[in-house]
Amino acid sequence: MEQTEPRIGVFVCHCGVNIGGFVDVPDVVRYVKTLPNVVHADRNLYTCADDGLAAIRDAIKERDLNRVIVASCTPRTHAPLFKRTCEEAGLNKYLFEFVNIREHCSWVHMKEPEKATEKAKMLIAMGVAKAALLEPQEEERVPVEPKALVLGGGVAGMTAALSLANQGFETYLVEKEDKLGGFVRNLDTLYQTGKDALESITPLIDKVTANKNIHILTSSTLKDVEGYIGNYEVTMAGNGGETVAKVGAIIVATGAEEYKPAGLYGYGEYENVVTLKEFERMEKEKTLPATKSVAFIQCAGARGQVLEYCSRICCTNAIKSAMKLVGTEAPETLPEAGRVGRRRRRKAVASAPPEVEVTIFNRGITTYGVEHELMYNNARGMGIRFVKYTPENPPEVSREGDRLVISYHNETLKTDQTMSPDLIVLSTPLVQIPEAEELSKMLKVPLGRDKFFFEAHVKLRPLDFATDGIYLCGTAHAPVFIDEAIYQAYGAASRASIPLANGYVQAEAITAVVDEERCIGCGSCVDICPYHAIELSEKEVILEEITLATRKSSVNPAVCKGCGTCVVTCPVGAITQRNFTTPQITAAIKVFGGVPVSLGVS
Amino acid sequence: MEPKIVAFCCKWCSSAGADLAGTSRMKYPPNIRIIRVMCSGRIEPSYILHALELGADGVIITGCHLGDCHYIAGNEQAKKRVEMTTELLETMGIDPRRLRLEWISASEGARFASVMTDFVEEIKELGHSPLGGVS
Ligand SMILES: Cc1cc2nc3c(=O)[nH]c(=O)nc-3n(C[C@H](O)[C@H](O)[C@H](O)COP(=O)(O)OP(=O)(O)OC[C@H]3O[C@@H](n4cnc5c(N)ncnc54)[C@H](O)[C@@H]3O)c2cc1C
Ligand code: FES
Repeated sequence: MEQTEPRIGVFVCHCGVNIGGFVDVPDVVRYVKTLPNVVHADRNLYTCADDGLAAIRDAIKERDLNRVIVASCTPRTHAPLFKRTCEEAGLNKYLFEFVNIREHCSWVHMKEPEKATEKAKMLIAMGVAKAALLEPQEEERVPVEPKALVLGGGVAGMTAALSLANQGFETYLVEKEDKLGGFVRNLDTLYQTGKDALESITPLIDKVTANKNIHILTSSTLKDVEGYIGNYEVTMAGNGGETVAKVGAIIVATGAEEYKPAGLYGYGEYENVVTLKEFERMEKEKTLPATKSVAFIQCAGARGQVLEYCSRICCTNAIKSAMKLVGTEAPETLPEAGRVGRRRRRKAVASAPPEVEVTIFNRGITTYGVEHELMYNNARGMGIRFVKYTPENPPEVSREGDRLVISYHNETLKTDQTMSPDLIVLSTPLVQIPEAEELSKMLKVPLGRDKFFFEAHVKLRPLDFATDGIYLCGTAHAPVFIDEAIYQAYGAASRASIPLANGYVQAEAITAVVDEERCIGCGSCVDICPYHAIELSEKEVILEEITLATRKSSVNPAVCKGCGTCVVTCPVGAITQRNFTTPQITAAIKVFGGVPVSLGVS
Repeated sequence: MEPKIVAFCCKWCSSAGADLAGTSRMKYPPNIRIIRVMCSGRIEPSYILHALELGADGVIITGCHLGDCHYIAGNEQAKKRVEMTTELLETMGIDPRRLRLEWISASEGARFASVMTDFVEEIKELGHSPLGGVS
């Protein structure tokens, strides 16, 4: 620990008028100069501009600063920039502290400039108190095994594995079925090419199979995972026994299943009530009975009926199947966007009525995106009937003699009607696979509210898990089409290749550290750590010539993510979180409470 | 009366929510002083007591919504600890409304502003904390 007197430099930013227009920055600087340990305080029009950064570098050298505070905007944007600036001037970046006086002050108190100024002073004073206690930190460098594991051999998993292999990384591709291909193996033809599903993915399967960098393990699954980013030890089990490998990164591409709507709309009770996937299989295997009239029921079991969410792809999938029944293939090439839709419809309406009557019961069609909307338009033009229902009043399926009967309320015409289709197809949502729960525990990655695998950040890190070194793509994350699964797979592979290519990972030095002397080996921290980063091990303690066998806990800095919850749990205060120590936090509280800062930092 | 309030915010959700309140130029009373930690699960009951003892009229702890904690379940720990501290405050004769726990996501700038406004109002009604403070 560095024992030298803190010499703090504070840079208060005007941020043009964003701060300066509401907070009296010169007054703040005058106040800051009176704070203990502050040897330099200045203001800049834009601290993040070149001259602002130069001012920081110069002051560090000229005033011999050993702590730097910037009071400006949110750390989210510029913390890395200021930290780098400190490092350029030879100051460890953990001796930098950010105070937000824009989002948390000037922008929310524009009408009260005096109070905003007072608040800015207090926030900086609290930052100064914390900064005085900051310590330099070294980031741990952990070597990375340049290999990957991809779990799931569907379109997403195969694409990810191929992308990693082509970058030169040895990749294990584990598939629980005996063949690669995934859900697409159930499908007849693919929207939006209209081509045979299996034929469409055969070139991908061939490339994956031929690639020397890919080890394919079919009829296999993941049995155990140990370790952390860069150093996962994975055990894969299958017919051929167990394979153990060390990999640096893992991609989860385990796909999804179709929901089986037991008890809904006569499913499981009447023959000829099938799911969309079963319908696709019948088409593919040419076992579809001759039909004159087919009804699709959308959102079966979705959007509040059983499951909460919209599965997003079923409207398009049902329309694809409906269009095939009616007999006209989906257009090979898409018509030019824009005015085309309407013209096409007029033309189609004029053509002969379809031979098979198709009705799609729906709660509003979700064909998002231009191509999908055009397809919907074409479907209407082909004479497919779209009948809206409300969740309060869904269609009812019964049987009279050997006929299926659907009684429904036509929302548009406001009348009760019946129809008698030969076949009812239920569009049900994609759902998580049953073993996901177990995988989630094994990999220490979460499942979301809808049980799909849950990303680290919905907007900013959609292909990462919060656990470093594990990524996701395809329908394991949420219902998507093949093209979307493929973009995600490229993305996940590229995310995974960052640590693999770097050869090392660096852990932010905010991890927990155990003081072995204080540790009583109770294990509370081991139980509470969400990442299993803490271990208890046997230690011998020599006490006046007596050797005692005790247990002490220790934190693996490569696994610890720095949440700090173990610090709170430890009954004897033996754990410290680097950069968020209790003395640092309480120093800020003391300043807030008006305790003279000199006391605050003692 | 102008209450003094400490808000503990986690880095991932609630302080991002506070950022969004700022970028959206929402208004809330300037009585709040934010202390940022990585996760609401880092807040020790002693920090709460300390703040009240040193003159805070209210302490508000904010984190990600349950199920959304960046560290899986730190906020569930925070919940337990705040419940425990609330009981302690009651036995100490301090109005437990002076301690509040709220879940605010990164996209809930408006909620951050309204929660803070509401809390300041409530504390104004309660008046200064009986613990006073050193200064
Ligand atoms: C009825 C229906 C029709 C569709 N039609 C179309 C269409 O026309 N056009 C289109 O673009 N999309 C269509 N889709 C969507 C398409 O099926 C998906 O986009 C695609 O399958 C996603 O690929 P994936 O690799 O993410 O998942 P999947 O294809 O589900 O592959 C996941 C793989 O992981 C394996 N796996 C699971 N768990 C494990 C484990 N523990 N260990 C090892 N392996 C495991 C599975 O066996 C599977 O092979 C349709 C979907 C449905 C339901
Ligand atoms: S990170 Fe926000 S509560 Fe844990």
